[in-house]
Amino acid sequence: MKTYTNTGSKDTRSGFGAGLTELGRTNPNVVALCADLVGSLKMDQFIEENPERFFQIGIAEANMMGIAAGLTIGGKIPFTGTFANFSTGRVYDQIRQSIAYSDKNVKICASHAGLTLGEDGATHQILEDIGLMKMLPGMVVINPCDYNQTKAATLAIAEHHGPVYLRFGRPKVANFTPENQTFEIGKAVHLTEGTDVTIVATGHLVWEALEAAKVLNEKGISAEVINIHTIKPLDANAIIKSVSKTKCIVTAEEHNHLGGLGESVARVLATNKPTPQEFIATNDTFGESGTPAQLMEKYGLNSEAIVKACEKVIQRK
Amino acid sequence: MANTQQLEDITTQVRRDILRMVHKVNSGHPGGSLGCAEFFVALYNDIMDRKDGFDMDGIGEDLFFLSNGHISPVYYSVLARAGYFPVDELNTFRLINSRLQGHPTTHEKLPGVRIASGSLGQGLSVALGAAQAKKLNGCNHLIYSLHGDGELQEGQNWEAIMYASGKKVDNIIATIDLNGKQIDGATDDVLPMGDVKAKFEAFDWTVIEVKDGNNMDAILKGMAEAKSKTGQGKPVCVLLETMMGNGVDFMMHTHAWHGKAPNDEQLASALAQNPETLGDY
Repeated sequence: MKTYTNTGSKDTRSGFGAGLTELGRTNPNVVALCADLVGSLKMDQFIEENPERFFQIGIAEANMMGIAAGLTIGGKIPFTGTFANFSTGRVYDQIRQSIAYSDKNVKICASHAGLTLGEDGATHQILEDIGLMKMLPGMVVINPCDYNQTKAATLAIAEHHGPVYLRFGRPKVANFTPENQTFEIGKAVHLTEGTDVTIVATGHLVWEALEAAKVLNEKGISAEVINIHTIKPLDANAIIKSVSKTKCIVTAEEHNHLGGLGESVARVLATNKPTPQEFIATNDTFGESGTPAQLMEKYGLNSEAIVKACEKVIQRK
Repeated sequence: MANTQQLEDITTQVRRDILRMVHKVNSGHPGGSLGCAEFFVALYNDIMDRKDGFDMDGIGEDLFFLSNGHISPVYYSVLARAGYFPVDELNTFRLINSRLQGHPTTHEKLPGVRIASGSLGQGLSVALGAAQAKKLNGCNHLIYSLHGDGELQEGQNWEAIMYASGKKVDNIIATIDLNGKQIDGATDDVLPMGDVKAKFEAFDWTVIEVKDGNNMDAILKGMAEAKSKTGQGKPVCVLLETMMGNGVDFMMHTHAWHGKAPNDEQLASALAQNPETLGDY
């Protein structure tokens, strides 16, 4: 089985910051907006190098989304930055009307998504954002898995014309995908080849899926791990092709099972190739305070949970 | 540049367009549309420096954003009469497969429209973004926007109003249609607005008042004054006092025609008060 090495844990938000800094140097149309969370979003370097292309909006996310929409009129490519909760639920109608329905080239960049925000608790731990964003016509939804991939995704979305939701997180997590990789929106990444079960994971759960695959391998179970960094448009062919071989699937995400990656995969399978599926996701619940590791364990979002789900779904074949 | 009589003739035709559009589909918002007819005609035929044709970025010209999108009939009529799309297309207002949706949208690629509006309170933020883009592009043209007075009840406006002065966005002229009415009645009954002028001034905007917002000369004078106040470190607001339903006697002095179409008899009466000037579509 192909294995991956953590080259040094880093936060995905820093990958965003690094990507934004690079865009500041290479693309004069890229502008950045922030609602009073510059440090959290790692935007400092971009701001230092391009003060005239940075807009500090203050704590006014609705206004930020509207201003971003307006900035596209004149050819700018705005990247908005705030926490995932304030990037989506708080400003849903602003995104819906002024950005998505208006076909505006805005990149909504959302940090601190999911439970791994940790101690701040449920007010800030949005587990519904993928669902909210994927329901908007024309919206691309991306949830990269590590620092390197988040940086690559940040660069890639500047080249895509149209609204994008880019979701990343707060904690330091394993950094294992190649540096300076090419990021292809909507293209699944096969991480391991397997024959007994497919694990489709997104975001922080990709590394957990690889850890689970190692454990499964020791148990004689061959798992095929696919990194779905783009939830919409979903790489349906990659999923169908994999389950044609493995005949069962586990989806894994740091999100509610309602509205997340798992549901998108289930729709693809139900309409193309009905397949037993287990969901690693939160179960229609809010989060709570705790360390990221404690929360991921309590809510069943770690490698142990993925191993169990794989064993269960194999029984259902 | 058109003279006042020519602008008033266009306005009369625009009123006819508005009335016929909403009558045909028995829906739409004639009251606010009629109240702002003079303003739109002045804007597109005198005040704004516009390029021929339409491109989304609008570099090298003044831009307009309509925040209270429900007054789409006046917007569509004035855009068509200004040459953005064929006047005959007004026939398709609110019909299936039309570019003239109930509320304006870019989604159907209608020339002249740069943002969807209808869900209220969002237009000022968008206009500010476009104003910032103009500055980044070194484009000295202005951004104009229009907002309902009832619309100011939406909180996002006040985020934007605070931002505009705080960040010295001084290439924008935001006009508030002060007609004192909203769907459920007088704004003072629904949610009293208080002193709108004092509120804008408290947020450090330059405020120009146009007391007769249905008088062409008053509009031209007020907007010229507003234009002279741009570029001075402050955003500019025009408080335009209008009469909802202006130009049709039975639609004035009431909020009843906010979102209601006239029947055949009422249409005939309304059109008789506004004889054809440029030719009906």
